[in-house]
Amino acid sequence: MSPPPFTFGAAMHGARLTLPLLPSVMVFAAAFGAAAAGKGLSFVETVAMSGLVYAGASQMVSLELWREAWSLPSVVEVAAVTAVVNARMILMGAAIQPWLAPAPARRNAVQCFFLTDASWLLGTRYQAGGGRDHGMLLGAGVFLWIVWVGTTSAGYLAGALVRDPARYGLDVLMPIFFAAMLVSLWQGARLAIPWAVAGVVALAAQALTPGYLFIIIGALAGMLAGACADGD
Amino acid sequence: MAIEAFIAGPAGSYAAIGAMAVATYLCRASGVALMSRLRLTPRVTRAVKALPGSIVVATVAPLAAQAGLAAMAGVLAALATMIVLRRELAALVAGLGTVALLRHFGL
Repeated sequence: MSPPPFTFGAAMHGARLTLPLLPSVMVFAAAFGAAAAGKGLSFVETVAMSGLVYAGASQMVSLELWREAWSLPSVVEVAAVTAVVNARMILMGAAIQPWLAPAPARRNAVQCFFLTDASWLLGTRYQAGGGRDHGMLLGAGVFLWIVWVGTTSAGYLAGALVRDPARYGLDVLMPIFFAAMLVSLWQGARLAIPWAVAGVVALAAQALTPGYLFIIIGALAGMLAGACADGD
Repeated sequence: MAIEAFIAGPAGSYAAIGAMAVATYLCRASGVALMSRLRLTPRVTRAVKALPGSIVVATVAPLAAQAGLAAMAGVLAALATMIVLRRELAALVAGLGTVALLRHFGL
């Protein structure tokens, strides 16, 4: 088989495919920027996090763990929580691996950096429709990255204008946004049990363990409950 | 130690951002790199499918419980709005509006 094509035209096509997803991406990025401003991060820190981490859910969660003075254990804690929140990407990468495999490893290393839930979903659909050009995936990922970083900046600047974040509820923006996200993640009652287990275990862990371990403990409990559930 | 001094210094936040970036990149790349050795049984797939929502619940429930009544009401308002309208922005406005209103009245 000939090596898969990698063209600019397909990259532009990939960028166009993201257009229907942009409203949610932009609301998320702006919400993160505003929340970061409310938590006292600097503009450069906020933009650097969006540009280098580029994974919204983990960025939001990290704001809850953010502090003024850092230590090695607190850096390890934020990295561990980030890894748990982003563990779903392992599965995304594994699912798209057979399609990516024929391409040069270095290019795939770049593809990985820009892989997001949205670009993965679009890439999977494109691939299912017979698409072979790897430019599509990178185009979608890079375009979403530009939108993500740009809208984070705008959200930060808007959030920084607010003098008293708590007055407008901006200090609890993160749990509120996450609660709304839960509705989009709903795939029928099958997930209700793992989610309930995650919530109950997290509440118990919060009372019994220090710091933000409850996120990891709760999430792992939910995963375990999901693994034990009956097959579909 | 040099690393600990660096982290405790003014650039500590960038050490945290760097650590997050490395952790995230490893998640993204490991699935692609390890696929040949990884076996995705239905059980593993189900577990990973339950993960995103579990993270959200495990984060939101304790944080809302800690933040008080107004925050809990805001979370519920955002949930209800999202279920009815399916618009993130509307849910965000409803949630923040509820918190602001309740706090204004001293709750």
